[in-house]
This record gives sequence, C-alpha cells and structure tokens, in this order.
Amino acid sequence: MLGDAMGHVVLPGIVIAFVLAGSTAAWVMLAGAFGAALFSAMLVEFFRRVARIEGSAALGSVFTAMFALGVLLLEQSGVARTSFDVHHILFGNIETAIWPAATGLSSLFDPVALTSLPPQLGRLTFGLVVVALAVVVLFKELRVVSFDPDFARTIGISPQLIGALVVSLAALAAVVSLSAVGVILLVAMMVCPAATARMLTDDLKTQVWLSLLFALASGVFGYAIAVLLPLAFGYEISFGAAGTIAVVAGLFQVAAMLFGAKRGLPKTA
Amino acid sequence: MSELHPLLAILLLQAGYNTVVVMLGAAALGAATGIVGVFAMLRRRALVADAVAHATLPGVALGFIAAVALGFSGKNLSFLMAGAAITAVLAALSIQWIASRTRLTEDTAVASVLAVFFALGIVLLTVIQTLKTGGQAGLDIYLLGATAGMLREEAITLAAFSLIVALVVAALFKELTLISFDADYARAHGFPVRLLDLAVLGLVLAVVVIGLRVVGLVLIVALLITPPAAARFWSDHTGRMTLISAAIGAVSAYVGAAISAISPDTPTGAVIVLVAFAILSFSVFLVPRAESSFARSVREDCGVHHDLISSDRSTRSSCRHARRARLRAHREFSGIDAPEHAG
Repeated sequence: MLGDAMGHVVLPGIVIAFVLAGSTAAWVMLAGAFGAALFSAMLVEFFRRVARIEGSAALGSVFTAMFALGVLLLEQSGVARTSFDVHHILFGNIETAIWPAATGLSSLFDPVALTSLPPQLGRLTFGLVVVALAVVVLFKELRVVSFDPDFARTIGISPQLIGALVVSLAALAAVVSLSAVGVILLVAMMVCPAATARMLTDDLKTQVWLSLLFALASGVFGYAIAVLLPLAFGYEISFGAAGTIAVVAGLFQVAAMLFGAKRGLPKTA
Repeated sequence: MSELHPLLAILLLQAGYNTVVVMLGAAALGAATGIVGVFAMLRRRALVADAVAHATLPGVALGFIAAVALGFSGKNLSFLMAGAAITAVLAALSIQWIASRTRLTEDTAVASVLAVFFALGIVLLTVIQTLKTGGQAGLDIYLLGATAGMLREEAITLAAFSLIVALVVAALFKELTLISFDADYARAHGFPVRLLDLAVLGLVLAVVVIGLRVVGLVLIVALLITPPAAARFWSDHTGRMTLISAAIGAVSAYVGAAISAISPDTPTGAVIVLVAFAILSFSVFLVPRAESSFARSVREDCGVHHDLISSDRSTRSSCRHARRARLRAHREFSGIDAPEHAG
C-alpha cells in the first residue's frame, strides 16, 4: 500500500511548494513532493512506534489527512483554476507527454528535435536511472532484508536503513511519475507487475526482470488499446490512457493468478 | 446574539436551515463510520475499506451509463448507488479471493484491487465525458464529496441509517468483540467467524456507499480509520471505545461541515478529514497511555489483547512464560543483557 499512500501524500507537497515559490517549475514541485513524502513516512513511523497505532490505521489516517490538506490548499490557493487541478493529479495526463518535433526514429539522434522532448520524460528517465542503480548496487542487501531481517541485522545490515531507502526510492518514483501519469497509474504500476511476476517464479532476480517486462507490456498495450480501440469501433469516445494502462496491468495479474505456475500458496511442510 | 463569532453561531445551530440540515446529516454519517470503523480497525481491515471505497467509482460510472441507456436521468440516485454497491462487493470478493487462493499477501491484494478498479472507473468516466448526454458534471462530487446540496430527506436517511448501523453493532457486539481479539478462540467455540467478518465487511460497504456523496470516495475511508484510531487512546474497553469513536466521527463531520459552510472554497470532505486528523493528533500527544506497562508487555509477547487475558489465569501464566523465554533468547543471541539483569 506504500505506493498508494505516496501518491496521495505528494499532493500537498506540490501545492505548498507552488504557493511558496509561486512557480510551477518542475524542480520546485519535485522538492515539495519529495519533502511531503518523507514527512508523511516519518509521521507514519512515529504513529506506529511511539503512539502504537496499528500499521494500516496509521498509514490510512496519515495519507488521507495529507490528501485532504492537499485538496483544501488547492482549492484555497486558486491553483485549481490556473495551472492544474485535482483530476490531473488523480488521473494523470499521459496524453500531454507528446513529442511534437518527432518525425520518426531518426529524431532520436537529432539534437534540435531532442530539445523539444516533453519535460516529464527527462524526469522519468532520471527516476528510472536512480532506482535501477540503487537496486543493482544494493541487490544483495535488499534481498537479505526482504527475506530475513534478523539475519541481516546479525551480519551488519540495518533493516531500518534499507527500509528507509526503499521508502525514499518509492517516494522518488512517485514524485517523478506523478505529473506524467497520475496517482492511479502509479499505484497500479507499483503493485500489479510485481504481483504478476510473483505468480510466475520463485527466483527474485527473475521476478524483478519479469516485473519490468509486464510493466513495459502494460504500458505499450494499454496505450495502444486506449488509442486504437475507440477508433476501431468508429465511436467518438476516448479512453483515458493512464486508466487503460492500469486496467491492462490488472488483467495481466488476473491471468497470472489464474494460470501462473507458482500461483498457489507456498507449501508448508 | 449577533455578537457571536460566525463559526460559533453555526456550531450552535444558528445558521440557515440548509446548513443545519447538512451538519446534522454529516454528523449522523460520522457517527456511523465511527462505529463501523472500530471493528474494521480491530479486524485489521482498515485498508480493505479504502479499496472498497475506490472501487465504487466504476460502479457509479456504470450506474450513470445504465441510467442513461434506460432513459432515466444520469443523476438518478438509485442507479448510481446500486452500481457503486455492486462494484464495491466485487472488489471485496476479489480481495478475499486473491488473499486466500494465491500466494499474494492481503496487502498486495488490496493495493492491486484498489488501483485496477479505480482505473477502470476513470476509463469509464472518460468514456462518459465524450458521450452526448447532459449531466456528466454531477459525477465529480462522488470523488471529493459535496454536502451543500443535501436535502432534508437525505439527512433523515443518513440519520436513520446510522441508527440501523448502531443497532446491528449493538446486537452483535459480543461476537464482534470476540472475533476482533481472538478469532481462533471464537472459531473453536463454534462462532461463525466468516459470517461475522462478512457482517463487518457489509457494514463497511454500506457506510461507504451511503457516505459517497458527503465526503467523496477518496476520503470516506478517513472517516472509517481516523476516529477509531483516536478513540483507541481514550479507552481500552471496546464498548467505550466504540462510543467515543462514534462521538469523534460525529463531531468531526459536524464541525467540518460547519467550517466548510462559512468559508468559501473549502471542500467539505477535506475539511471533515482534517478535523478528524486534528482530534487524532491531539489524542496522540495529550492523552496519557491508559495501558499499564505490564499489560503492554503481556500483549506484545502473546499477541493477545489484555482485556481477554486478565480474566483467564492460565493464558496469563503462559504469557509470562513466553516473556521469560524471550528475555532468555535476547541474552543468549545478542550478548546484550536484558534490563532486569543489567545491574
């Protein structure tokens, strides 16, 4: 549920940053969102450890409150009427990430055309590189902490530190994706491909690669369906691309749950 | 009386008739969610409620489409509510199925069902927006809630509904408390645990669907989680906790609706949630822990609530045994002496 929570809490961060800095510059927004995500993560931990509120209740109360704060600030500050609105954040607006100067594959090597790449793409690439690097470098540590935190502690790896790192990475992924794809796609993409891969293998490395594969496939097929299906039927209706991608990711998961080789509960001797 | 601060005047029911109706209706809803939320929280179903709430969106959208297709107004409330209830039930069943039949954890099940159902809702909404019929704009209020237009009948419905919820919970109180703290014990003694769990889930579904219009589907779950979490600080007794939670829910909704009524640009749902969160924060920082340190350590060692233990001597002694074993294990494996041996 971490992804969902992150998606909800970055909203107030973005709005506060906008109100304080008075600009919609990407890096201002990202800083605000990241700050809000970290603050919320700390608040949840505080509620759980110091105040001893049950985990899911702590998460639920904090992220709904942060989201409510975000909605309120958004309405109060009048941002809603100027540059973006709640729906934009909720549903994303992947359709705006188009590359007007692209004429074909050759544009990828054309410096003039490259300057007009949509800004979201740069941010997403940055997020991808950071997350991928962290996972590659710390793969062993992540694995041992995921499966046996007690053992990790005895060999000198702090589960808390790794846990905090995972939260930060999730926050980073949430922040860079939000402006492009919205909360919903974010949550679906954080959970569904990983869950799909879990149905198919017991090996962690294979699982990470499969997860990546399903995420890519969902993106490509989802977008294709959103664009092509209405045309095929000749109706004048359109599908939201972000929503369609999330639904496709969900369909992959359903298929894996029904037919996956490792779908059942692990055998307990 | 005209000297009163406007907020105070509103809180004392001196505002216009419409505002009073809205505030009382919201308070009734808050009380109902407060009551149901206690058991949702104790059964660790808080986030299931979140998924169920999000899953009402495709239902609302389908209800709209069905109503239009059958020649009704798209805003026909019974269609929207029926649709919301159907997809919410489907979501709850999906979570149950995933968590029990596959190796995925309930957490993952909840998150994926939430995201996929909500995404489906969004897709349907975009379809609706391109349909050539009027009235689409009204669907927005189901996302973030709007109380301003609440009618007298709706407020009365909310009040009657919250009374029904209170009666159901009162009738099942002993059973619900038992499964909340010791489901295995309840099962061993022949209580229909599955059925009771379904009852809790049914109540959650009902308050979510009824509450959609007031606080919106994104934030209704806050009313189910936050008041019980706050009430937990004021009492260890389940009955008192339930009453306190209902009161906190009602007060949050009442005050939130009042604030939202007097200031422009304040979405009702968001204000209600923030008031509830303020009460929770207040409880966290200012209420002394009611639980004794012994009770807490027993609870931690045994994973059982001490309300039940105190009446059962044999459980109590086995807990003490577990505690001693834990201290011993600590000494042997970490090389760090447990506090009581430090001196």
